[in-house]
Amino acid sequence: MKGAALLAILRRDLRLLLLGSGGGGGIMLPILFFLAVAIIFPFAVGPDPKLLARVGGGVIWLAALLAAILPLDRLIEPDREAGLFEQWALRGISEEVIIALRLLAHWLSFAPPLMLATLPAAALLGLDGRTIVLVELGLLAGTPGLAAVGVAVATITAGLKGGAALAGLLFIPLCVPILIFGAGALAIGGESGLALAGAASLVLVALTPFAGAAALRAGR
Amino acid sequence: MPSNALTATDLCCRRGDRWLFSGLSLNLARGQALHILGPNGLGKSSLMRMLAGLLPPSPDPVSGTTGTIAWDGPLALMDERHGLDLGQPLGAALAFWARVDGPVPDEAIKGLGLANLLDVPVRYLSTGQKKRAALARLIGQNAPNWLLDEPLNGLDVAACAMVERMIERHCAGGGACIIASHQPLGIPALTRLDLAGYAL
Repeated sequence: MKGAALLAILRRDLRLLLLGSGGGGGIMLPILFFLAVAIIFPFAVGPDPKLLARVGGGVIWLAALLAAILPLDRLIEPDREAGLFEQWALRGISEEVIIALRLLAHWLSFAPPLMLATLPAAALLGLDGRTIVLVELGLLAGTPGLAAVGVAVATITAGLKGGAALAGLLFIPLCVPILIFGAGALAIGGESGLALAGAASLVLVALTPFAGAAALRAGR
Repeated sequence: MPSNALTATDLCCRRGDRWLFSGLSLNLARGQALHILGPNGLGKSSLMRMLAGLLPPSPDPVSGTTGTIAWDGPLALMDERHGLDLGQPLGAALAFWARVDGPVPDEAIKGLGLANLLDVPVRYLSTGQKKRAALARLIGQNAPNWLLDEPLNGLDVAACAMVERMIERHCAGGGACIIASHQPLGIPALTRLDLAGYAL
């Protein structure tokens, strides 16, 4: 019964984050935003292919970071407002488990579409094969951390006035380690950055259920 | 001899700098319905959330001890938050809870007048219709203990009577129920507790 309930919650979270809550708000918006940033970058710095190939990997990382801010305001707040977290708590499902499920659903709805959208973005910026592989591997290692920071920040700011803007502001500095290691892996001889990005991700993923659950309880 | 549905002792509540009530002890037997009365702002909803385990009891202002709450069996809560996905059609929103709790019986859906609303998104339901939907969710949970915070708010006269009969049936079936409401309830076998007697 408990396992079936958890599976139902994960399916619901995933459907909500992928498709949005009736009439838009799904994952398409952040992904289109990500592509838009990659597309306008050459307009800003000029169409020099050498320059674009050199900085393009970093641009993709930055676009991914910015796109990860967009889902934050509907990650936690609508369900808190509707009282769903309280109803789950009444059924004896711990907040830690609920937040861990939300983190898993957020990563599943965000990372695979982002990694897919990276391919056209990389083509637009004219990245070479080695860079594309390193960016994709870096995103694979780094997106769990981005998702974890996103869920934690969204939970902490849920219910606050102007919480969405504050969430974005908190999100950026907390993601700096992943950005440094992930984008740093693109430099010649920097491949060990991938492992460090993965390590940072794991720490954040491990912390988020506890931080998020504490924030949910404190916010009641 | 059946045990008490609820045993709560020496509950105190502080919200921020304000003390709401203290020294409140409650015993609820199986089949009993308790109406918690009191004017607005006295802490009825805080008491309900405390009994639901969502709010920890505050330590007593004099002795410093913290009260205890013990329920026998699972517990269902209905308050002003309906707990349903706003963007989903009502049928899908209830189907989610059916997968967690078990299905809502069809006669309950009909009795609550929801049968022809199942394909309407929850956000388009009126206040009273959302309340009925939350009641359907509550019934589907199939818990022996009910906590209803202002269950009659937003309901029309017929629906109020229906909720009162629902509570009576629940208690006749051995369930226990606590209702916090500033409105009078038309239930003959009702214990009353005025929270004003415990106010600080």
